[in-house]
Amino acid sequence: MSDQITFTIDDIEVKGKAGQTILQAADEAGIYIPRLCYHPELAPHGSCRVCTVLVNGKPQTACTQPITEGITVENDTEELKEHRRNLIDMFFIEGNHFCMFCEKSGNCELQAVAYRLGILSPKYPYLFPKKDVDSTHPDIFLDLNRCILCGRCVEASRDVDGKGVFEFAGRSIEKKIMVNADKYLKDTNLAVTDKAADVCPVGTINKKRTAFAVPIGKRLYDKKPIGSEIEERKK
Amino acid sequence: MSENLQAEIKEICQSCGNDRTRMMDIVRAVQQRFGRVSDEAMNLIAKCVNCHRAEVEGVVSFYAFLSKKPKGNVVIRLCNDVIDKMQGLDAVAQEFKKQLNIDFGQTTPDGKITLEYTPCIGMCDQSPAAIINDEVITYLSTDKVKEIIADIKKHYDPSKLKHRLGDGNNANELVHSCVHNGIRKKGPVIFANYKHEAGLKNALAMSPVEVINEVKTARLRGRGGAGFPAGMKWQFTRAAEGGKKFIVCNADEGEPGTFKDRVILTELADMLFEGMTIAGYAIGAENGILYLRAEYNYLRKLLEKILQERRDKNLLGKNIFGKKGFNFDITIQMGAGAYICGEETALISSCEGLRGDPKTRPPFPAQKGYLGCPTVINNVETLCCVTRILEMGAAWFAEIGSPGNTGTKLLSIAGDCKLPGVYEFPFGIKVNDMLKDVGADDAQAVLIGGPSGQIIGPNDYNRTISYDDLATGGAVVVFGPERDMIEIAAQYMEFFVEESCGYCTPCRVGNVLLKKYLDKILTGKGEPEDLDMLKQLGESIKITSRCGMGQTSPNPVLTTLKNFPKIYDSKVKKVTDGLQPTFDIRKALADAESIAHRNSVIFTK
Repeated sequence: MSDQITFTIDDIEVKGKAGQTILQAADEAGIYIPRLCYHPELAPHGSCRVCTVLVNGKPQTACTQPITEGITVENDTEELKEHRRNLIDMFFIEGNHFCMFCEKSGNCELQAVAYRLGILSPKYPYLFPKKDVDSTHPDIFLDLNRCILCGRCVEASRDVDGKGVFEFAGRSIEKKIMVNADKYLKDTNLAVTDKAADVCPVGTINKKRTAFAVPIGKRLYDKKPIGSEIEERKK
Repeated sequence: MSENLQAEIKEICQSCGNDRTRMMDIVRAVQQRFGRVSDEAMNLIAKCVNCHRAEVEGVVSFYAFLSKKPKGNVVIRLCNDVIDKMQGLDAVAQEFKKQLNIDFGQTTPDGKITLEYTPCIGMCDQSPAAIINDEVITYLSTDKVKEIIADIKKHYDPSKLKHRLGDGNNANELVHSCVHNGIRKKGPVIFANYKHEAGLKNALAMSPVEVINEVKTARLRGRGGAGFPAGMKWQFTRAAEGGKKFIVCNADEGEPGTFKDRVILTELADMLFEGMTIAGYAIGAENGILYLRAEYNYLRKLLEKILQERRDKNLLGKNIFGKKGFNFDITIQMGAGAYICGEETALISSCEGLRGDPKTRPPFPAQKGYLGCPTVINNVETLCCVTRILEMGAAWFAEIGSPGNTGTKLLSIAGDCKLPGVYEFPFGIKVNDMLKDVGADDAQAVLIGGPSGQIIGPNDYNRTISYDDLATGGAVVVFGPERDMIEIAAQYMEFFVEESCGYCTPCRVGNVLLKKYLDKILTGKGEPEDLDMLKQLGESIKITSRCGMGQTSPNPVLTTLKNFPKIYDSKVKKVTDGLQPTFDIRKALADAESIAHRNSVIFTK
């Protein structure tokens, strides 16, 4: 028996393997589904909701939904793009994101997805929350103003590094990332070589002394929009 | 670190087998003993159960009844549900503040009494109400507040508070509470004379598959509100691979305005436990868990005693009723103040000692639930129906109600009506008829199914309570003609903002925004565009949220927009001067003016 599964994304026939999620199969087929919290080496978190697609008409996140034979997936529709823009806007107003002087600018996935979806400024009122910055660690600094609660650092530290340096605290709009110590990052065993120091999609976990090694204008998403690397796989 | 703390925490962890999955029991016990779960305590717990300290803090910071900061020996939690506000909460709250000389969220300087707000505690038919440690106090008035505080200051022991006892088991020495049941209308299924253990006996005479078929033939659907066919859920779980299986009863009744499970747990616990036992037999489970909300802790001793009696009678334990090989027992898992834990996968997370985050689906609990084992989660009322179906037969049950909606539904009805309480109606009853029974002849609006349900107006009063029309887990709130429906919607949004677990973006942030736009409209600064914004935002939250709570959280806004458009239209106005109505130039200039010691010469007004 073949374990190949055939289904469609926006009327394009896609062949995937049993056990794959819609996002994995789409990536292989060269179809870009916008996403933020998903990281290919970590378990899907399903929190940002940006990769929401309609599966046989029902909303599901592509990063968590397994493919099954014959499903119809809608991805690049005006309606879904509008929902995605609304989600991205929410990220911008719930934190304090100042792209113009953020060292992650150009390498930031939030910024890149926003540009790709055509967002120039959010339509909702800013919440201007007070967030912590922790620069106590010799090699890494933490700026929670830019955190999007994607859970990548939590998972990477726990599942890959085996350390559990990061964890979520609180709930509701007060939910935040905390470190595994009474207070400061310096009191954890986070190392600059850890996976957890490498996976942040935004400018929350930053390696010191590397900020402008690559100048603005020559960075990853300065050259081409996010998702291009996936679309280039298309035959 | 004090020796005492160290020894006691070690002992608490040990009594829970140093088991990481029993984190809820551990942190609850620590909170109760020390009035907080301090940094020191968290470090110690982590060591004992072999996990990271941050995991302990993740749990402690999630639940409203747990805290890192010290709380008083006496914690007063005043319910600030919409209904309590309608019944005079404001005056009561002011009186508490006056008597204690502190604000909400504060502790008295001597560290003895903490004053807080808490969402719906399931006492809407006798509001305003509060929980003082585990004691429930109902029908609060300013005079009563004075008495309570004077009384408490004598002994700082809420269990010594004097009050009149309620009816039925509320007067039982193990409950000893002033709550009254408020059963207003009895029906044929739940509030009926039933033959104890007849259902269980009948079930054990059948094969498990036959029991499942009986429930399927009765067409029993989940009473929590979603209405999933119970028999199908059981069938999936029975068929799922995995050695151990679990039955979990969802007694985390937290939907604002719901209090019907409170009455079942007080008076009909045997019927519930019998239903759980039948379910255990049907799916092949040996363990049942009753997840009880922290607000109902006052019922715990009674429930524990009834469980013990059932063990003594061999209705729980090994070879139940002499049925060889059928072993089943039930434990109680306490919650710690989180509405989201009524969502079935969040409830499982909580049972596992985790933050009450819903889980990713698939896999569904029927395949991978509690500790990764196939698990059935049923509502309290659903399991009671099971007992009656097995006693009286599927055909009897299917005769009641309507074909797609068999049986009866318990409704907790409160608000602007003469006879608030619990009503058992057959499915298919019209809203109009229901309103007549509860003594509400001038209702401006009715909330069906709690804030995650719908707020309807008189045009819809000929509709019916059923899964295909107005579905409800049991909450019905009546609003009289003088209520401001936008204000009501805003208050319900405040509830969702507080109770969102924060996992997914739309529910965490979107609801804050909905509340902001409603507040803008309520302060007279709303523009017509704001209504479109509410609709679009609400739709995005509905479509993209991760769990049932998020998907239904914009309903107070969306259903009032739909059913009361004129009220909204009358509150917004088109801006003609080209200025943003929310922008206050005086306020914006205030800082600069105070630094400059003079007023702006351009903006003088």
